[in-house]
Amino acid sequence: MSADHSVPDGERRDFIILTAQAMGALGAAAVAWPFVDSLNPSADVLAMASTEVDISAIAEGQEIKVMWRGKPVFIRHRTAADIEASKAVPLSELRDPQTDDARVQKGKEQWLIMVGVCTHLGCVPLGNMAGEYKGWFCPCHGSHYDTAGRIRKGPAPTNLLVPQYVFTSDTNVRIG
Amino acid sequence: MAHDTPREQKPGIYGWLDYRIPLQPAQNLLYDFPAPRNLNYWWNFGSIAGICLVVQILTGILLTMHYNPSAAGAFNSVEHIMRDVNYGWLLRYMHAVGASMFFTVVFIHIFRGLYYGSYKAPRELLWWLGVIILILMMATAFMGYVLPWGQMSFWGATVITNLFSAFPIVGEPIVTWLWGGFSVDNPTLNRFFALHYLLPFAIVGVVLLHLIALHTHGSNNPTGIDVKGPKDRIPFHPYYTVKDFFGFGVFFIVFAAFIFFAPNYLGHADNYIEANPLVTPSHIVPEWYFLPFYAILRAFVFNIPFWALGLPVLAYAGWLKLKAIRSGEFTFGNIIDAMTTFKCAGDNAVGRIQKVMFAGGAGAVLVLIGLIGFVIEAKLAGVLAMFGALIILFFLPWLDTSKVRSGNYRPLFRWFFWLFVLNALMLGWLGSKPAEGIYVVFSLIGTAYYFGYFLVILPLLGKYEKPLKLPESISVAVTKGSH
Repeated sequence: MSADHSVPDGERRDFIILTAQAMGALGAAAVAWPFVDSLNPSADVLAMASTEVDISAIAEGQEIKVMWRGKPVFIRHRTAADIEASKAVPLSELRDPQTDDARVQKGKEQWLIMVGVCTHLGCVPLGNMAGEYKGWFCPCHGSHYDTAGRIRKGPAPTNLLVPQYVFTSDTNVRIG
Repeated sequence: MAHDTPREQKPGIYGWLDYRIPLQPAQNLLYDFPAPRNLNYWWNFGSIAGICLVVQILTGILLTMHYNPSAAGAFNSVEHIMRDVNYGWLLRYMHAVGASMFFTVVFIHIFRGLYYGSYKAPRELLWWLGVIILILMMATAFMGYVLPWGQMSFWGATVITNLFSAFPIVGEPIVTWLWGGFSVDNPTLNRFFALHYLLPFAIVGVVLLHLIALHTHGSNNPTGIDVKGPKDRIPFHPYYTVKDFFGFGVFFIVFAAFIFFAPNYLGHADNYIEANPLVTPSHIVPEWYFLPFYAILRAFVFNIPFWALGLPVLAYAGWLKLKAIRSGEFTFGNIIDAMTTFKCAGDNAVGRIQKVMFAGGAGAVLVLIGLIGFVIEAKLAGVLAMFGALIILFFLPWLDTSKVRSGNYRPLFRWFFWLFVLNALMLGWLGSKPAEGIYVVFSLIGTAYYFGYFLVILPLLGKYEKPLKLPESISVAVTKGSH
């Protein structure tokens, strides 16, 4: 015959089983986190998270691409016409409203620095006044950005990301 | 399983082995079971899909032995396979073309199931296992395409992993986690390689379950009616083994034609350029077998307000209410009962009124949220629709309300089915086109029909279509009209 479950012992046994199961589940969860987290960026990837660029050679109206965190960063030396065109746009026309001032640093309005990754699905937009708004155009799914890198038309939801950066001198900028 | 009576050891090597480890189940699984006598050639594609999986695993394992899974070495090692490894070109072309063949065969296999109602009771679980195999195949194929580390590999991986960034809040951390960095890079390639090697064996496991489920109730057949006796059946071996082998022969002719005469026809020239994180190719497209889903993804170029989701739900609630009023169930007493019963009352008057109230409430909430101004962003809508296009297949056994399985006896269904096939082909074509202008409009129409087929047409057809008279039995159906 199997054990008699009507004895008072049964309640204690239930308690022991539940406790053991709860401990087992906790243990499994505790082990699961390191497994999951091991797939996140490792220390060496995180360590390469800033880059220094010499911008003295970039003429007005010119733009360069540099690598930062494995992604391209656009550095554009804007013309006065670029800046004016951007400032003239009313905020109500923008999908992701941001003023031109909010996209650049004060006193350095000619330098537009952005991560060159389309906010739709991550392609690199084409530059040099491409697209309908003379800024950038993403060929993958047809997003148009203006001279301040703001989304104007197409599927992308937000403006091109402006990373953290500081001008370490008049000719040098550190991104990240 | 322990037996009460001791088993007898039969003579010979088979007997010696079977006494120690039962061989009969394996035999049953592969060829030793009765099958309907009327299976047509559309039923060949299951076994052909099986042989495709074997080809992919064999060639894949051999390719692994020459491949270098690193961002610095991957592209060159694939060229090394093509130029230096003995028959490396053959192995790689077999593997690459084999993936396309595998998907072709599986898509036909799925359409076969859709036409003949092979997903209906008691084969729902069999269908589910098939959908799981399809999803695993898609994941495996996607990661495999990244391994050569060409431009399409890199940018395809970037675009597809970026899909997850559409989800609010958790999106960005998920993408970083998938990448193991801030962009697709070496860690991404390594984990994709590991998973690309692992998942096919998971597929083998699900395929075994698929076969076990298949043999529990046997194959469906072109009439869709159940096997009723020995006159409806023939042994699988030798009749269908021979037929399957004939199918293999035809299949391998097509396969070989691609391998030897057009190995790159189904690929993209851009993938022979090494990955460059600074330059996106001007026209990114996935492999052809993903194109219909890609078209659905890109069909949404506008935000969807919540009220647009709420209105159909409200309409559905209104329709249910109308039905209840007509049948006289919508009485004051029943309404009070429905409101005071705090659980599903089931399939009765009170339960139906609960349904009206539930659908009405849900619809109203959605409309209200919409009126405040909440929307599903275009990007998220596309992603949800693309994944939804696969997930909806799980619900198919309950969405198709018709009692008749086979499309042969459903005169209206047939039209909608073939339109569904054409629509899938159209979506595939649209997926290869740029996402602009008229292409987007047609993508949206195609997407609407894709979901409409499952959510509106199939549920209603079952109620309003008058099916043709079913034959008495399979044997009557196949001998009818013969001399």
